[in-house]
Amino acid sequence: MDFSFTEEQQLLRDSVARYIEREYTFEKRRAIQRSAEGFSREVWSQFAEMGLLGLTSPERFGGYGGGAVDTFVVMQAIGNGLVLEPYLASAVLGAGLVTRAGTAAQKESLLPAAARGELLLTLAHAEIGSRYELAAVSTTARRQGAGFVLSGFKTVVPWGAQADALIVSARTAGSPRDARGVSLFVLDRGMKGVSARDYRTIDGQRAAEVRLDNVAVGEDAVLGAMDDALPALESITDIGAAALCAEGVGVMETLNAQTLDYIKTRQQFGQPIGRFQVLQHRAVDMFIHLEQSKSIAMLAAVRADAADPAERRRAVSAAKAHVGRSGRRVSQIAIQLHGGMGVTDELPASHYAKRLTMIDFHLGDTDFHLERIASAGR
Amino acid sequence: MQNHIFDEETAAAGAPRLIPFGLNMVAPVIMAYGSAWQKDFYLSRIRTNQDWWCQGYSEPGSGSDLASLKTRAVRQGDEYVVNGQKTWTTLAQHADMIFCLVRTDTTVKKQEGISFILIDMHSPGITVRPILTLDEEREVNEVFFEDVKVPAANLVGQEGKGWTYAKYLLGYERTGIAGVGASKRELATLKHIAERQLKNGRPLAVDPVFASRVAEVEIELLALEMTVMRVLASRGKSPGPEASILKIKGTEIQQALTELMMDALGPHALPFRPEAMTLDAEDEPVGPDYAAPLAARYFNYRKVTIYGGSNEIQRNIIAQMVLGL
Repeated sequence: MDFSFTEEQQLLRDSVARYIEREYTFEKRRAIQRSAEGFSREVWSQFAEMGLLGLTSPERFGGYGGGAVDTFVVMQAIGNGLVLEPYLASAVLGAGLVTRAGTAAQKESLLPAAARGELLLTLAHAEIGSRYELAAVSTTARRQGAGFVLSGFKTVVPWGAQADALIVSARTAGSPRDARGVSLFVLDRGMKGVSARDYRTIDGQRAAEVRLDNVAVGEDAVLGAMDDALPALESITDIGAAALCAEGVGVMETLNAQTLDYIKTRQQFGQPIGRFQVLQHRAVDMFIHLEQSKSIAMLAAVRADAADPAERRRAVSAAKAHVGRSGRRVSQIAIQLHGGMGVTDELPASHYAKRLTMIDFHLGDTDFHLERIASAGR
Repeated sequence: MQNHIFDEETAAAGAPRLIPFGLNMVAPVIMAYGSAWQKDFYLSRIRTNQDWWCQGYSEPGSGSDLASLKTRAVRQGDEYVVNGQKTWTTLAQHADMIFCLVRTDTTVKKQEGISFILIDMHSPGITVRPILTLDEEREVNEVFFEDVKVPAANLVGQEGKGWTYAKYLLGYERTGIAGVGASKRELATLKHIAERQLKNGRPLAVDPVFASRVAEVEIELLALEMTVMRVLASRGKSPGPEASILKIKGTEIQQALTELMMDALGPHALPFRPEAMTLDAEDEPVGPDYAAPLAARYFNYRKVTIYGGSNEIQRNIIAQMVLGL
């Protein structure tokens, strides 16, 4: 197997990593987190300029035609710098779904603007009680004249109040939890009947509760197959989960480095605490968690675009479950080895630990993905 | 035993937990080693909660290696003059009194130069600075001492014996730290949440994977409760090094419970709304109404395996004092 990146991927990695290391300091991140929008428009347009926001969109629509391995490279760097900006929501999930399911007209109207950083996309899918079950959609879209009327409630929508366009899953047939009968719609956040209630998430990002109250849209708002959006939804969720694994690997890399640095520096009993064997072994466990996660996250990146859904599912779920479990352990050990300093807001370590933990709660947690693997053979 | 029953019953009733620094921590030390005046004055004020106490042990350079502490107390006539810094001081912002380990002699072995002293938090020269924790709470502080004058009558026991008194106190701290009563209540809360959370259209409580994780904690907790009973039954006096088992298992169980409660929430672990956690909050919850504090608490509870003698130090104690390694 060839684990090396192509020359373009290495260039991409170097330029993103350099930008984040130089410009995205922890103090700057703190200021961005406290700003009204919760992310930086300036950083966002830098991302656009570097070509990151259209990374996986077709070249015809202002993109670079990249794949999941390119996304891996960017997301790992995002993890390294604990970047807040809605890259996953907009560039990976949003643009990815439009690329996969959209009509030429939809791609034309959404992708170039998204690639330029002028249009922020997000996927509004989860509902109260749906947990991670993709088919559990109760929001309805009723036919009315030439269009549809949408009503329902979407919960924990990443960057739901900042996004310009929401991709909403709604039921056009069948009953809640039926695999058939789910359709996708593209909505402007400013449309009549759309309201988003913004709040912080514990990892420093933002999400919103989105209410749809008789939102009237035209036929052209339908994204992808009518009544049969689940396959597209599942494949983009897997691509997003693979991207989250890459971010998790990046977060772990930095958190491990910070922890190692701390135990080499902190003195107790007249020596660096890293001299104590019990702490050494914990640091070694963190290192092994990272290396194993990196291996399986790379596999997920390579398989995320696979034509065979079974192959894709297996690799992505294996990686997501692994990163979920490793991320939990690594974040716990990192805090413990930092002692009291590990539970302060002041050190970056606790912020890395929080993001690493919360990655598990997006796009299927460890239990969800374990079950998906366990039931695949049946 | 009475203490244990009291803790158990108040926790079961959902009563707020007693703040331990006065009643459970400094009071036993004063009872054992304090002067007649200290017993007379402070114990009654602790009983009536006239004084709020906090604990001045850790310093920036002295955490697990507590005996290396540097805060100096120099005797001048019938006063001590105290200079230095304490840290991780829980609830210092509300405290009237602090019991402190201070260095009174720099010429002897580090444990033998430490004294145990009671300091009025309103004394001139004391500054309290908050430390924000990862869940954006203010419960711990840094406390600075600059030429703080303390009456010599506030020295507990003998000068240079502070380390002995501190170890005596840590034994007391640890039996409470098992927190069996509180964990039983948290377990009940966890089950309540798992009944209400849905997974694949059914209660999470009937999901075999989740249910077995809950059962594992329940078993550990039952065993710990019996271990506490055995420790209490075997000795009527201060608990010995076996109490380190209680600290280790008790805190591991507390962490497992907060982790399961967070995991039970699924996507609703993400919202962070400290504004919803105040008593007069009138806002609409995000997701289920029990969700708001749970992830923040999971992160806050990472502290329990660090404070009160980290679990690594507790394992060292067992290795040395119990196993003879």
